[in-house]
Amino acid sequence: MSTHEDVLSSENLPHEPEKATLEGKNKFLGFWFFLGGETVLFASLFGTYLALKNSFGNAEHATPSQELFGLELVFIMTMFLLTSSLTSVYAMYHMKNHDFKKMMLWLGITVLLGLAFLACEIYEFTHYYHEFHHTFTSSAFGSAFYALVGFHGAHVVFGLCWIVALMVRNARRGLNLYNAPKFYISSLYWHFIDVVWVFIFTVVYLMGKVG
Amino acid sequence: MSTATAKKRGFGSVLWDYLTTVDHKKIASLYLIGGGFFFLLGGLEALLIRLQLMYPENALIGAQFYNEVFTMHGTTMIFLAAMPLLFALMNAVMPLQIGARDVAFPFINALGFWLFLFGGILLNLSWFLGGAPDAGWTSYAPLSIYSPGHGVDFYAIGLQISGFGTLMGGINFLVTIVTMRAPGMTYMRMPLFTWTTFVASVLILFAFPALTVGIFLLTFDRLFGAQFFEATMGGNEIIWEHLFWIFGHPEVYILILPAFGIFSEIIPVFSKKRLFGYSSMVFATVLIAFLGFMVWAHHMFTTGMGPVANSIFAVATMAIAIPTGIKIFNWLLTMWGGKIRLTSPMLWSAAFIPSFLLGGVTGVMLAVAPADFQYHDSYFVVAHFHYVIVGGVVFGILAGVTYWWPLMFGKVLDEKLSKWTFWTFFTGFHLTFFIQHFLGLMGMPRRYWTYLEGQEFETGNFISTIGAFLMGVGTIILLYNIIKTSVSGEKCTRDPWDGRTLEWSLPIPTPHYNFKQLPLVRGLDALWIEKTQGNGKMIPAEPVDDIHMPNNSILPFVISLGLFIAGLGVIYRVDSNAAYIAIIVGFVLTFGSMLVRSVKDDLGHHIHKEDLEKEGAEVE
Amino acid sequence: MAENTKSSHTDEFYKVKHKEQMKHQVITFALMIIFTIVAFALVAGDFSKLFIIPVLLLLAAVQVMFQLYYFMHMSEKGHEMPALMIYSGIFAAILTILALTTITWI
Repeated sequence: MSTHEDVLSSENLPHEPEKATLEGKNKFLGFWFFLGGETVLFASLFGTYLALKNSFGNAEHATPSQELFGLELVFIMTMFLLTSSLTSVYAMYHMKNHDFKKMMLWLGITVLLGLAFLACEIYEFTHYYHEFHHTFTSSAFGSAFYALVGFHGAHVVFGLCWIVALMVRNARRGLNLYNAPKFYISSLYWHFIDVVWVFIFTVVYLMGKVG
Repeated sequence: MSTATAKKRGFGSVLWDYLTTVDHKKIASLYLIGGGFFFLLGGLEALLIRLQLMYPENALIGAQFYNEVFTMHGTTMIFLAAMPLLFALMNAVMPLQIGARDVAFPFINALGFWLFLFGGILLNLSWFLGGAPDAGWTSYAPLSIYSPGHGVDFYAIGLQISGFGTLMGGINFLVTIVTMRAPGMTYMRMPLFTWTTFVASVLILFAFPALTVGIFLLTFDRLFGAQFFEATMGGNEIIWEHLFWIFGHPEVYILILPAFGIFSEIIPVFSKKRLFGYSSMVFATVLIAFLGFMVWAHHMFTTGMGPVANSIFAVATMAIAIPTGIKIFNWLLTMWGGKIRLTSPMLWSAAFIPSFLLGGVTGVMLAVAPADFQYHDSYFVVAHFHYVIVGGVVFGILAGVTYWWPLMFGKVLDEKLSKWTFWTFFTGFHLTFFIQHFLGLMGMPRRYWTYLEGQEFETGNFISTIGAFLMGVGTIILLYNIIKTSVSGEKCTRDPWDGRTLEWSLPIPTPHYNFKQLPLVRGLDALWIEKTQGNGKMIPAEPVDDIHMPNNSILPFVISLGLFIAGLGVIYRVDSNAAYIAIIVGFVLTFGSMLVRSVKDDLGHHIHKEDLEKEGAEVE
Repeated sequence: MAENTKSSHTDEFYKVKHKEQMKHQVITFALMIIFTIVAFALVAGDFSKLFIIPVLLLLAAVQVMFQLYYFMHMSEKGHEMPALMIYSGIFAAILTILALTTITWI
């Protein structure tokens, strides 16, 4: 039986610190289950988007997706997010080797890449707004587009806040059995954001461009 | 912690204890009180409906108010009464049945309850703030989009908040069952109620996100000018119907499966036989859940999806009768040749079988797509789903509450009064709803606030109303029984029903760490095995040692309160900019508390071995 | 401190194992980048719609499997339940998308 001191100590960590305690194991499983639910959440949004992607009705500003989307920016965003997925893998690699400093470094890079992605997305949205009057309220297509991509963007924001909060909180005390599961599930979350983005760039942008 | 009766505590400290509790047994009591309250509220709404329909061209309540009442009756009963009452039983019983000291996420469990409660309160506040939602519990667009006032906004935000709570509760149950079973408690030794909790939680996990999205779209359309359901701007109302029923159909299995689990616990105990066909019961449960996900569009046969889609969903729907039939036969064969004791839980269970069967049969009738065009939106449908939901779920809840009452509150409910409740409620139920089949077939549409004289609806409706009042009488007797038992009932100590499963091996009242030593499970019906092959006590699987328990926290309450305030702000944002203050305050409370939770270590506490041994001497 | 030397011994073993894993993950990443470039190139180039869309979806599906199995470690032991739930989620997701794209009067 572990006592408080053991859980907060950075010495003698087992090789999978994220799953060494019952609490850690519970967090790990619970979070995976949650991601299973999130799959359906995003599927509902994707379904809505696909049902409405060419629906403008009598909307005043109706720019079809082929004219709206530019692939260059989406490509750059994809690269940012894919790379951030790899950097968070590196962070977890160092966590498993109990190298806290390197883990923090790679998490920091992950956060920077996430911010870059977010900046691009904000630019993209303002661009659509100013150039095409493509807004959340302009047509059913607009609503569905911003709901789907915006939900993903909100997930990115939440993920960034979460990782930063964890980094700040634990900066001084190093890795232990109490925070290792938290770092691990935040990285799972980050990967899941990437999974969703893979479908967004494929289904929304690339297929939108093809028509 | 010493034994509960050791000292008398002030009201303030008891209140604080319940506001901050993370103990699944106390959360169960909270769910029971919350769900029970909304059950009474929903029941009152039902009586109003029946009073209005008692006579033709009755003007007791106006058309608008009638719309609000039937909308709130459905919404309240499904989301705020049936689910929380089942969650109460799951919380009270499931961890004990698998031999766990706690649930996997005590904090999230508490959060789930407070979200449900604040969501429910928000929804019901609409009564006092300009009118309740009036678009039916299904809230179909575009009706719900054009419903004036804030009623439907309360529906959307209230259900969104309580829906988050349900999702969290579901994940908590899932992980608890996966990781926290006692030594020897394999999956195929789990009691059926635990199994159904597990499967229902899986359904919650995959069904509720669709509702979340659907409600978001509704909220965006109504409050933020989006165009999802606005046909002139390219919107499509059918999306709402799909999203709602992708959630809504699994939802009825989320309700009925735990009820099946309850009956599967009660019938073996009072037949003194092990459950017939245990593994086929498990298989049938999983199969119902699986099929239950592929049939949602049978609610939409008349939407115009086309004959191919209608046929697919019709066939899938009929297929569900097969696993359900397996279950019915298993219950019957459990009773067959058993030494049956007709206690009140057993009465409910025995009465459930024919009642639910009627609902199942009309379900298959409704599954025939061409025939459904006739039944659709008539009282036949109303009769059908009340037969499954009252005859199945409510009977199950009442059976479960009576059966596990001693486990939760240390006293057996007065049997005589329980039987009175049963007979009045049972008679009232059939009186109310059986006749409605015929009213439906005669052409009476549902959701109409009145009907004309001379259409031959008078007698049926009059009988139906009398039945509803009989159900009300049954409920009042139950309330009286609860009060009477709490005040003057005799305390019981352990295992009052001669039970078979682990929860009855515990002393009553159950210590807050549940098991001093985790039990060793040697097979299905773990306690019964020890009764017949051992000395009647569970064999411990570990020596007495320190027990790790979670700390109480007020944060779940604050997080939920924050969402409640922010929700009100979102609803009134369109009227006044002052609402932004509520939105900001609410979200600061919610996200601030989440940040505190993330930043502040919560390592729990240990109950020391010495204290346990001291206490053990008192309890044994 | 006999335990300590033993644990440092096993530490070495796990370090090597993690390094091996990391190598796989970098390869996976390279493949994902390539897939992404191929996907974008397909759209930029002039191909038939009937050809592009299935290929795009296939590339996305493979990428997602890479993410799940390598980046999120679903290939490792102890991931049976997560896999079950993710696949159930995918099942429900496919049904949802299928319904919303085929039977919504469009």
